[in-house]
Amino acid sequence: MDTHTPLYRRIAARLLGWGIRTAAHVVTAVRADWHGCEPVDKQRVYFANHTSNADLPVLWAVLPPRIRAHTRPVAAADYWLKNPLRAFVGRDVLNAVLIDRRPEARAAGEDPMSDINQAIDDGASLVIFPEGLRNMTDEKLMPLKAGIYNMGVSKPDLEFVPVWIENLNKIMPKGEVVPVPLICTVTFGTPMFVRAGEDKDAFLDRARLALLETDPDHRRPNRSLPREGATL
Amino acid sequence: MMADLVTLLTGVLIFLGIATAIGRVIAWKYDPDGTNPTIDNLNARIMAWWAMIAILGAAFLLGRGAVILLFAFLSFAALREFMTLTTKNRADHWSLLAAFFVVLPFQYYLIWINWYGLYSIFVPVYVFLLLPIFTVIKGEEKDFLIRISETQYALMICVFCASHVPALLTLDLPGFEGRNVLLIAWLVIVVQISDVLQYVWGKLLGKTKIAPRISPSKTWEGFVGGILSATLIGTALFWITPFSPVFAFLLALAATLMGFFGGLVMSAIKRDRGIKDWGHLISGHGGFIDRLDSVVFAAPIFFHLTRYGWAT
Repeated sequence: MDTHTPLYRRIAARLLGWGIRTAAHVVTAVRADWHGCEPVDKQRVYFANHTSNADLPVLWAVLPPRIRAHTRPVAAADYWLKNPLRAFVGRDVLNAVLIDRRPEARAAGEDPMSDINQAIDDGASLVIFPEGLRNMTDEKLMPLKAGIYNMGVSKPDLEFVPVWIENLNKIMPKGEVVPVPLICTVTFGTPMFVRAGEDKDAFLDRARLALLETDPDHRRPNRSLPREGATL
Repeated sequence: MMADLVTLLTGVLIFLGIATAIGRVIAWKYDPDGTNPTIDNLNARIMAWWAMIAILGAAFLLGRGAVILLFAFLSFAALREFMTLTTKNRADHWSLLAAFFVVLPFQYYLIWINWYGLYSIFVPVYVFLLLPIFTVIKGEEKDFLIRISETQYALMICVFCASHVPALLTLDLPGFEGRNVLLIAWLVIVVQISDVLQYVWGKLLGKTKIAPRISPSKTWEGFVGGILSATLIGTALFWITPFSPVFAFLLALAATLMGFFGGLVMSAIKRDRGIKDWGHLISGHGGFIDRLDSVVFAAPIFFHLTRYGWAT
């Protein structure tokens, strides 16, 4: 949000942001577990699993304010620009970097990475869901898209933090409208970097593994039930 | 009734004041730089007690409606913690919604209108039979028995058993009219002080673990010391109950034993699911179930013993 935004719009954005975070806390009693790193104020790319439209509000709600202030979600323009309210939330409240997922909608020669790289150069931290789409499958995680690799290649000291958002698909499964008020836990894993000379597939494999290992279920040895898709 | 309640609350506040002072002295003497997690947790627990006593005390002073509403809220918080850990899938969505937004409010409504005949069987009979029917309609058989059993167990513990605390308000006890809130106060004080004293005795003398795999902090020394001293406190408080000192002793013993084993049962569930605490909302204590487990196990037995022996 630039400084030319009218005051009333900024106040409205503040209020709506507070409302969204409060709703996330009330409905999901969401808590953060900084398992693999500390909530420190440094440039990072938080990459998370994606099962629900509530993923972003919930992750955004557990970031400490000083980190949240300069953290920008990477989000789909085709979703967030669909109507004026969404556009207001996407641009003014979340300060999202909006990327069009549909190649045909982009202007000729426009690189979807350029806005992301610009945000990184500006010093912002990012939140990204590298599966690209909401995961509606029975797999725990879909294949990751190359975006995070491209960010890391152009900036090798950029820290990537895997984030596992638990339970949201149970709180509000696909197609349901009323949420079950379960507790959602957002687990922050151990930071990783793109290694010198590492190719895309190798990095994405590591990132995928890091994400699955961040899932607290992975550390619960005593689960008596077979966990679907939990094999690595 | 009011005079006794105020006396009781004053006593509790003095007790808590002494505990706070002791906690501060321990921190000042043994942990001046605040690095000892046990001492830190002790003081966090004591501070949380101030908040819990304030809320509970306010509900007691406001009366019946406030007490029922408070326990409905506690049930909700506990059910949320429990359901987070149960086995479920997409087909359970509407059953889970029914558990939170139909079963729970209806159970407390039945207590509000004092319909003993229904609130004492609603969850164990009607919900037990109807909720699996509601679930089976979705046609998903995977883990079916586990799903319906865990949901039912969650409702029994977090809604049915928990609701027996405010249900004490509905008992007709001759010579005790209008004083039923004191019965709740007595039960909560006895069971919670038992937890506290088990912790204190355990920290001071605890050596022999009772069930190391299930609860590493529970020791025989803590168990015997805690149960006995809490039972004696319950006996000494007989004047706020309809019981003679002898019966106050026996009922306090029953309540503290149920509380102890309730804590053990809930610990086994936590261990199996690989978690340390049920939640994170009560600073120093963990979740709502971590604090309520003993009361929840003691309440129905205490309710029925009192009803059988003293109610008309």
